[in-house]
Amino acid sequence: MTADGQRQNSRVLSGVHFMLGNYATVEGALAAGCDFFAGYPITPANEISERMAERLPQVGGKFIQGEDELCSIYAIAAASLAGAKAMTATASAGYNYYQEGIEYAVAVEAPCVIVNVQRCRGENFATQADIMQMRWGAAGDHEMIVLAPSSVQELFDYTVRAFNLAEQFRNPVIVASETTIALMRERLEIPGADRIPVLNRKYTDLGPDKYKTFDAPENGVPDFSPLGKGYHGLYTINPHDIDGSIEWDPIVYEKLYKRITGKISENEHIISHTESFQLDDADIALVTYGSEVRPTLDAMELARNSGLKVGVLKLGTVWPVPETRIREVAKQMKAVITVEMSIGKYAGEVERVVAGRCVTARATKNRGIGHTAEEILEVIKGVRA
Amino acid sequence: MSQMINAQRRHIRYGKLPHFFCPGCGDGQVLNFFLRAIDELGMNLEDMVAIGGVGCTARIPVYLNTDTLHGVHGRTLPWAMGIKLHKPEIPVVIFAGDGDAASIGGNHLIHAARRNLDVTMIVVNNLNFAMTGGQVAPTTPAKFVTMTTPYGSGEPPFDICEVALAAGATHVSRSTTSRGPQTIKAIKKGLQHRGFSLVEIISQCPTHFGRYALGSGKPEVNIEFIDDNSVTIAEAKNMTKDELRGKFVIGEFIDEQKPVFAGSSVYEVEE
Repeated sequence: MTADGQRQNSRVLSGVHFMLGNYATVEGALAAGCDFFAGYPITPANEISERMAERLPQVGGKFIQGEDELCSIYAIAAASLAGAKAMTATASAGYNYYQEGIEYAVAVEAPCVIVNVQRCRGENFATQADIMQMRWGAAGDHEMIVLAPSSVQELFDYTVRAFNLAEQFRNPVIVASETTIALMRERLEIPGADRIPVLNRKYTDLGPDKYKTFDAPENGVPDFSPLGKGYHGLYTINPHDIDGSIEWDPIVYEKLYKRITGKISENEHIISHTESFQLDDADIALVTYGSEVRPTLDAMELARNSGLKVGVLKLGTVWPVPETRIREVAKQMKAVITVEMSIGKYAGEVERVVAGRCVTARATKNRGIGHTAEEILEVIKGVRA
Repeated sequence: MSQMINAQRRHIRYGKLPHFFCPGCGDGQVLNFFLRAIDELGMNLEDMVAIGGVGCTARIPVYLNTDTLHGVHGRTLPWAMGIKLHKPEIPVVIFAGDGDAASIGGNHLIHAARRNLDVTMIVVNNLNFAMTGGQVAPTTPAKFVTMTTPYGSGEPPFDICEVALAAGATHVSRSTTSRGPQTIKAIKKGLQHRGFSLVEIISQCPTHFGRYALGSGKPEVNIEFIDDNSVTIAEAKNMTKDELRGKFVIGEFIDEQKPVFAGSSVYEVEE
């Protein structure tokens, strides 16, 4: 029985639900083909583990409650190398530990999905303060793909997409969840399984004699080989050559990291996802992501009602920064205002991309509670003045 | 004149020799013992995953013709768990130093033993952190000098086998590099065991432990120190706790069968 009181054994629960955000995350993962989960208890991410523990064995997957976060992150990285579509979930403090394993997953190009339900230090209050940690936390040069859902529906949709992007680019993908939406119940519509696009990694057509573990085609993403089949894969975090062997040659090292970062930075146009609201006639754009999208859209309505031409650019992917779209929008505006629930972290990125094309301002707040529409309206009016 | 080629050479990853172990290091011996065990058991390295964390011993799997994971300190067992749970049919063997297994990876060791994860963990214990230059380890005997205990270690040492036993490991043994045939046999038993098997091998590190703790970089001095302080399980039975302090008890401590770990949440289909 699920916590919703029904026995549900199918992988895709097509239909309309009134569902908790953390549960929607799990259902998105399962719909995308997740068959391995490892996690360590932490609030407010627990409902993800709990539902995975119930649902994964029903659909032939494996669930582990690790002895700590380090166990969880390395278990999913290795399960991924063994062919699993693997996920873990935590909340901010737990993500600190994950950074270690993310460095490894990046280096050996193990696709996996990490859900980070952001919370305030030690308390389960709303925040987006870890937006930079998710980008830069792991050691070494890397690029990250980070998706920022703003609703229960998007927790489902974006988790599906996170798996697809991970498989496509052989990289960890982060779902930047938040206390707000994770612990919220909302309408969730799960489409029929045939209407959910699911991407799977590409395995090599070559035999072990010709195959090289990290020999990538033009798109920078190497084909996989199965473990235990004589391919002699060497998956080391150390600088490695295309056959995986540890090399200390600066040219080899640079080539490796240029490819690992390039496969993401050069595909911004494939990865980036934004939505525009009433930007066509606007002269002020509110740029925001995650749960802050909700009061920001309300603020747009308030502003419009008082005759101000305000639109919203919602960032579905925060990393890589959707630079092309932000630049395009900035060119048409008198001002761009970044709205976020932190001391002002992502705002710096937006301002870097706007690069003087128009005026910039910030609506920032980090006291465990999201903006009200009125607070955002105040910032809009300040910019107008 | 044709050159003699070691038959075990075919197990070594192409182009990877010479290895990077210091002259006199026990890791080269353990690599050799392992390959002999594999041959004697008729196992195929190509079917296997070998795992090393960080440290000298962790480099052993880098030379093997297996699929290999390497390069993160202390996380060998979480990796092994990820692979074994998704692909239980793949044999997984871990090579860990005492730092990897008992210091940074100590928590994982306890829980892998408790769960009876079906892996073979070969712990090469050279009584110090060797790759980083000879610092104190949880296994360094009390009062011995290392690079971070210049006045003699103030830390009581840690018995890896006892910890594994207490945590519920189903196969635990200890040997030394000076006992070749016994060590090969111990590795074979560890590989054949279904469930968590820990094979500890006390090893010499002439470069660091030898020079700092024993005052000599000669491998034989380090090996003699280990031999002089080794007692069998049978001998240990007649010794007092005080007499056993600083001794390496050699032999097989446990060999039993228990269900192997298949996940924290296991679904039984209702009839």
